[in-house]
Amino acid sequence: MDKFTIQDLDLFYGDFQALKKIQMKIQPKEITAFIGPSGCGKSTLLKTLNRMNDLVEGCRTEGTVLLDDENIFGTMDVNLLRKRVGMVFQKPNPFPMSIYDNIAYGPRTHGVHGRAQLDEIVEQSLRSAAIWDETKDRLKKSALGLSGGQQQRLCIARALAIKPDVLLMDEPTSALDPISTLKIEELALELKQDYTIVMVTHNMQQATRISDKTAFFLLGEMVEFGDTEQVFSMPEDKRTEDYITGRFG
Amino acid sequence: MKKSLFKSLRAYRHQPLSLFLKLLVWLSIALTVGAFVLLVGYVLVMGVPHLSLDFFSLTYTSDNVSLFPALVNTLSITALALVIAVPLGIFAAIYLVEYAKRGNKLVALVRTTAETLSGIPSIVYGLFGLLFFVTTLGWGYSLLAGAFTLAIMILPLIMRTTEEALKAVPDSFREGSFGLGAGKLRTIFRIVLPSAVPGILAGVILAVGRIVGETAALIYTAGTVAAIPDGIFSSGRTLSVHMYTLANEGLHVGKAYATAVVLIIMVVGINALSGFLAKKITKT
Repeated sequence: MDKFTIQDLDLFYGDFQALKKIQMKIQPKEITAFIGPSGCGKSTLLKTLNRMNDLVEGCRTEGTVLLDDENIFGTMDVNLLRKRVGMVFQKPNPFPMSIYDNIAYGPRTHGVHGRAQLDEIVEQSLRSAAIWDETKDRLKKSALGLSGGQQQRLCIARALAIKPDVLLMDEPTSALDPISTLKIEELALELKQDYTIVMVTHNMQQATRISDKTAFFLLGEMVEFGDTEQVFSMPEDKRTEDYITGRFG
Repeated sequence: MKKSLFKSLRAYRHQPLSLFLKLLVWLSIALTVGAFVLLVGYVLVMGVPHLSLDFFSLTYTSDNVSLFPALVNTLSITALALVIAVPLGIFAAIYLVEYAKRGNKLVALVRTTAETLSGIPSIVYGLFGLLFFVTTLGWGYSLLAGAFTLAIMILPLIMRTTEEALKAVPDSFREGSFGLGAGKLRTIFRIVLPSAVPGILAGVILAVGRIVGETAALIYTAGTVAAIPDGIFSSGRTLSVHMYTLANEGLHVGKAYATAVVLIIMVVGINALSGFLAKKITKT
């Protein structure tokens, strides 16, 4: 069954149409990569999937997005949607509190308060994000003392702590060095066993390295969507070919 | 030392204007620091010899112009005024930053009002307090009337500094919190406000400074009775008013300086305490 079914999605920032009639099905337990030049709407689409766009003034959508057959613009509580669809941002954004409290923030938000239970969630999340060994001795220390790459893995752990189905990643490695990037990519590959991952990336090698499906966007339209191998080796659309061969963008 | 000074002077040979500017900057620094040192030093020299244990006795008499009642009054009025103004100012700022839509007419209005209010001389607040709290509401000369008057006076200050502090909290914190499915209230109280605490405290310190230093608005509202208050409806003078009255009467000018010393120590103490609190709260 499809995790997300996007039908005729239009999105406007005021008068500007940022997304045009997007049609797309996102499969569970796969990594789907969104690529395209800046301003093509890929991040906008990603942020629509957990309705982070609601925070942008003057943003409105038409069409439907189904998460497991349920319309996310319908009666669904937006906070519960975001519990099911976690997000990792472009720049690591740990809260200015301890590592432990960063991870526990999500579960506490959703009503988990038992000490033992929280301890377990924190450990499990940090382990899943492959950062447990680096942090287990300093859980009570500020998260801001971690390096950029560690902070980003902490943010992934924080997103995992509320046990989402889907993980949205908005250029999660663009602010990181190559080694940290590699770690995040390995992590993403591991996480797709349990989670559906949708990732925006500016790095086409990254898309080929880790994604199963790739969608190419241009000027608010989805130009091409298919198996990553197919899109990069034999793109159907001329514009896709021009982009991935570096003729523009 | 001499040689290096000579050398650095020579480096300016081709930029005389640059040297001139540098000297000007140094002069400004010297004058600023000098004024501060001179003022505090003078007050200390004049005041410290008049500090004695008697000066802190529980009752004020015309022979022993004890400042202890004034100290109690100062603390009471400061606490009361802060209790009234700080929550109001913070909540108003939260509305302005977190809830109001951009371009909201009300926001512009509130901001203009706040700016106008902070430009009004304190004696005007005093007159208002006298007419409204003391007379119309019938509270009489009282700590309560004084505290309310001062609360109105510092409200714009608290609101504006809190507003700036909230604006300085990176949006990425808010996004992170919303992204985890936290609602607006939780995001504001758990993430945004704690991050803004140092900025808010800076505003509170400024406000405390204004309260402690205020005389004009208080003479009309809290009165000049030099006794430990029975309650919030008692009249009472603060340290500044105490100082003003002593200097005005001209009989105990030395004691006025001594009061100033206590006042300075108190303000420094409050600043240190708030700095310590800010560190404590933001430390994780």
